[in-house]
Amino acid sequence: MNKPLKQHLIDPEICIRCYTCEMTCPIEAITHNDDNVVVDAEKCNFCMDCIPVCPTGSIDEWRVVNEPYSLEEQFEWMELPEQEEIEAGGDGDDGEALDAAMAALLAEAHSGAGGKSIAPKSASKATVNLYNLGKPVTATVQGNYRLTAEDSDADVRHIILDFGAAPMPALEGQSIGIIPPGEDAEGKPHLPRLYSVSSPRDGERPGYNNMSLTVKREEHGVASNYVCDLKKGDEVKVTGPFGSTFLLPSDPDAELLMICTGTGSAPFRGFTMRRQREMPTNKGKLTLVFGARKQGELPYFGPLKKVPDAYMHKVFAFSRLEDQPKQYVQDKLRDEKERVAKLLTSDKAYIYICGKKEMEHGVEEALADIARGEGLEWKAIRDAMREDGRYHVETY
Amino acid sequence: MVDVINVSYDTQIPNNVGLSSDRKVLKALEKWHPGYINWWNDLIPEKFQKSMVYLRTAVSVDPKGWAKFDYVKMPEYRWGVLLAPQVEDRTIPCGEHFGDPAWQEVPGEYRNLLKRLIVIQGDTEPGSVEQQRFLGLTAPSLYDMRNLFQVNVEEGRHLWAMVYLLQKYFGRDGREEANDLLVRSSGSEEAPRMLGAFNEETPDWLSFFMFTYFTDRDGKMQLESLAQSGFDPLSRTCRFMLTEEAHHMFVGETGVGRTIEKTCQVMRENGIDDPYDTDKIRSLGVIDLPTIQKKLNLHYTLSLDLFGQEVSTNAANAFNAGIKGRFHEHRIDDDHMLKNDTYVVWDFEDGKAVQKEVPALTAINMRLRDDYIKDAAGGVGRWNKIIEKAGIEFEMKLPHESFNRKIGVFSGHNFNPDGEMVSGAEYDAGLPNWLPTHADGDFIQSLMVPVTEPGKYASWIAPPKVGIDNKPGDFEYVKLHMA
Repeated sequence: MNKPLKQHLIDPEICIRCYTCEMTCPIEAITHNDDNVVVDAEKCNFCMDCIPVCPTGSIDEWRVVNEPYSLEEQFEWMELPEQEEIEAGGDGDDGEALDAAMAALLAEAHSGAGGKSIAPKSASKATVNLYNLGKPVTATVQGNYRLTAEDSDADVRHIILDFGAAPMPALEGQSIGIIPPGEDAEGKPHLPRLYSVSSPRDGERPGYNNMSLTVKREEHGVASNYVCDLKKGDEVKVTGPFGSTFLLPSDPDAELLMICTGTGSAPFRGFTMRRQREMPTNKGKLTLVFGARKQGELPYFGPLKKVPDAYMHKVFAFSRLEDQPKQYVQDKLRDEKERVAKLLTSDKAYIYICGKKEMEHGVEEALADIARGEGLEWKAIRDAMREDGRYHVETY
Repeated sequence: MVDVINVSYDTQIPNNVGLSSDRKVLKALEKWHPGYINWWNDLIPEKFQKSMVYLRTAVSVDPKGWAKFDYVKMPEYRWGVLLAPQVEDRTIPCGEHFGDPAWQEVPGEYRNLLKRLIVIQGDTEPGSVEQQRFLGLTAPSLYDMRNLFQVNVEEGRHLWAMVYLLQKYFGRDGREEANDLLVRSSGSEEAPRMLGAFNEETPDWLSFFMFTYFTDRDGKMQLESLAQSGFDPLSRTCRFMLTEEAHHMFVGETGVGRTIEKTCQVMRENGIDDPYDTDKIRSLGVIDLPTIQKKLNLHYTLSLDLFGQEVSTNAANAFNAGIKGRFHEHRIDDDHMLKNDTYVVWDFEDGKAVQKEVPALTAINMRLRDDYIKDAAGGVGRWNKIIEKAGIEFEMKLPHESFNRKIGVFSGHNFNPDGEMVSGAEYDAGLPNWLPTHADGDFIQSLMVPVTEPGKYASWIAPPKVGIDNKPGDFEYVKLHMA
């Protein structure tokens, strides 16, 4: 039997048949007849080029299917089919998450990589979708600590969840879904929101079945306010784990360039702790470029300072320091251009970008400039790294 | 090296054509720039100039970068010069030079022909902004207001695109033509816009939606055929403009669709089955379907006129020269020269309309018009689905090509919307049922009350199914400046 897979579809009720997506698709995976514009599941490689060019919002539709809908079936549609019930799968060879809504969120988060995300070759196999909306797991809150300074208006929290006897095999870089209680304005139960795990696979505390999350309170955010207000002992409904590509290579020779802003640091905390626990003497392979408005708003600023420089090269960019020019991660990348240029040409190098969607463009531009300075073409490097499982973007 | 993907902001004019190292053209454009800004500032009511509008701006011409959304004041919108990336080894796709390398400079023998095409295209862009200048005042929602302004700033950018070509490739004449684009003005007595449809005012929002659906679609077809030009800079310019034009199609199709949807919804809620129960339907604050059909008839037929004469030697020359191709030229499976081909067009002989075969080369306009009609029919089918879903017996129809025409073989003859020739008396008697009357216009005008509360819509139009940039229903698409 085929494994369930994620299929990209276009909503025929909203599409206006402008064919912009079809013109944009670099591999001609999109086609049309007199009625509908459709995506060929056999060709689509999830490069996401068609998503931003669509003027209607009809193109960002995903279904998890055992057997993909054929072109002929899609041509006949007057409306999109509902998501069918799919049995929760085991390991995630084919999908990042076997849940349409989660798959769409992850696809969007990974879209900045410019093509289909591929896991590092030496990464451990990720388990996905062990728990889903119909069958969530209950975790107990062990702690909830504020990470940002008291005088800061940004409220970022470190939340520790204990899974008791329930298995939760999450790897560094994976995400879990949290289901806020209650209903939305239309009276439907809330859908889970995705949060990156910020602890390593053997637990926030080694050997304990617990994990940590790094969550920023968003004004009017249903889920983030719920999570940030959790108290010790509260019970939380969790789905996941999700994500099978934004993972840490196991290869000890792997060199990591981790670029993040704000809570985008969550997976990198997991990466760093995993490496420190597994290979405490494997020095000089990690570089972290971390941006925030100021020191008091940079999650884990204290603990990070304690990681020796010889173990991890750390660069901080602050954009709101008084009397200082604004510095963004891309500026720091440019300052570090020699180190970065070396990584761009190493086949042991892995680049990870995590944070707000807005950071993508600036970071890519800086990387492109650095490449150009070396007489290299960034897009070619990026595509080759990505296809080799060494370039990863997760932005939201 | 020039970075052809990312937009450079190192000059006053954002661009991906390396303006900073092209001093002459940069200077010419900088000289033109203040006139453009004055034109814009004189045009759009001040209150909107100062408002923050959630607009899409291109930061690069690759798919990842050309749809960045943010709040911006319209006069600070980054109008710029953006060309789609150059295709390596591109060849001339049609005509007698078929297969030769595409021109990167203007071929001398076609200079005037090319300039004329660019000027006509350029003239329509500011024309439509002028026609729509007062619509912001009666926007049925902030969502619609934002869409109007997005259309406006992008038409403005399309003017820039054409002006760049004129300044860069046509020397002094080009500069003069670029200046004249800011002198002519829609509906002006002394210096009107070049094409008739761009001198008609856009009096209300239903007209605006019909205009973006039907008339902008003519623009889209023209851009599609210019995107096939053997003159590569024109092709690249038009290819990028097409991605923006798709948004205008979207505004038109969904605008009319939402109007129809609201009418059907209100009819059902009030137990009205008869779509011709006009007074009752109108008294409920929505536009009756027959009136929407009349608006459709008007805008569709005006737009058909934009395609010109059925048989045209100008169009034949442009195709033969490789200056302007056919819709999706690269997907057509023929010799791309039309040496021995024929095409069926309408003619008027012995007092009646007949179809006859003519050399395909001379029927280029008609082929494009036929492609246009097919394209336009798609949305009409989708509007009908909305009506059908509501269980109302009514069908929107594209009128016959012969109805209400001012250009081509049908002009000066009386055809009804079904394409039958009728007497003058019959025509006069039918007209109030075929085209919007003054009374229809007055009624629609009476519904045009502005709604500026986020998430709220005027009585006559349904909310959209999906927000722009996936924003929630009550998103504040325009932060209005309060004087």
